[in-house]
This record gives sequence, structure tokens and C-alpha cells, in this order.
Amino acid sequence: MSTKKFIYLNRKAPYGTVYALESLEVVLIAAAFEQDVSLAFIDDGVYQIIKGQNTDGIGMKNFSKTYHALGDYDVNKIYVSAESLEERGLSVDDLMPLTYEDEDDDWAEKTSIKIISNVQLTKIMSEQDVCLSF
Amino acid sequence: MLHIVNKSSFERNSLKSCLNTIDDTSIILLIEDGVISAANNVNSYMLADLAADSRVFALQEDIDARGISSKVADNIKLVDYAGFVDLVVEQGTAVSWV
Repeated sequence: MSTKKFIYLNRKAPYGTVYALESLEVVLIAAAFEQDVSLAFIDDGVYQIIKGQNTDGIGMKNFSKTYHALGDYDVNKIYVSAESLEERGLSVDDLMPLTYEDEDDDWAEKTSIKIISNVQLTKIMSEQDVCLSF
Repeated sequence: MLHIVNKSSFERNSLKSCLNTIDDTSIILLIEDGVISAANNVNSYMLADLAADSRVFALQEDIDARGISSKVADNIKLVDYAGFVDLVVEQGTAVSWV
């Protein structure tokens, strides 16, 4: 099967709309087909990977735990907008520690998260075959 | 009058529109993605004065779901679902800025 480079732009906060959950589902499908998958969290999308989410009170599934599975699907390019974090008073310390095991480095556990500027995101997007926005 | 805002101020202008129409007796309740406006961020100035006047509420359950309970701005009052109902009953008229 041919492999394409996919990037998923996640722009919405979780729970208020279904976009975040739907994006995650589609990301896992692409990963299951062994495509080259990148994720970008920009605008309110950065709230999707904030740590300490507790949905007991709103009666919805806390799907934030599923992001931890991405590393096992070889999805280890997770880009987060520095500008979007800054505007929202957030920092990398507020994000869940999403990691993967690097098979080229004796399965060492490494972070999947890379904080990037809008300029860097532009370049990353230009290198993709498919760009999907949620 | 109770004004209920359920959209992020980063994504929609519903909070701004709401603030343009309220009077001196209005109170604001942030729910769903609206609770993002209860956190300390570059849009906090929009609600700071009203919050200082004890007129801004946010739904605790939605804040917890989004993992921002440690980020809530000064003077914003937190309510649970029962408190939400109390506000609706007390205020009589509610507007949802969907």
C-alpha cells in the first residue's frame, strides 16, 4: 500500500462539539492503515490535550486518555502551537505527557510533543500530501 | 436577567455580543466551551470588571472536564448543575447565546 503524509489540524475544544473526538477517530483509522500521520493542535484545539480532564460531572466519555495510545500506533509527530498556548495562558507543563518508544534508539521513551510557531506549522503543512482540519 | 454563554470567546463572538447588550442587573453564566472564558488568558479583560462585581458564574463540571480548574480567573464564581438551576429560577428570564 502506498503511504501518504497526513496532517490533522485540531482547532476546537473538546466536549462542546464533536470535532475533537471525530478527529481522533479518523487519526486512528489513518494510523491503522500505516500512513505517515502528524497532528497539530492549534487555536482552542490545544485544550484537547490538557492534562487533568475530568468528565465525571458532564456525563461524557473522557477520551483524552486515548491520545496516550497514539505512540503505539507510530503517531509521534504531535505539534502544538506556541502562539495558541500563549494566548490561552497555557504552557507545555499543562499538556499531557504524550510519548512513544523509539525503535531506532533501543525503544527509549521520548516525547511526541513539539511546540512550534505558526511559521514552522506553515512549513510542516506544505510538506504534506493531505491536510484535514477539524 | 441571566445570560448563558456556551461558546469559546476565541472561536465565536457570542460573549462579545452578550456583553454589548447586558444591563446593570444582568449576570453571566459560562457553560460548555464558554468556560474557556473563565480561565486566565488574553481575553480575560472582557469579564474582569463584571467578575469583580460578582456577576460572572461558570459551571464547575465543564471546567473540570476541560482540565482548567487551576486556571480560573479571580472573582469568577463556580456553580454546579443545582446552582445553575438556582440561577435560572432566581433570575426569571434566561438568554442562551448559542
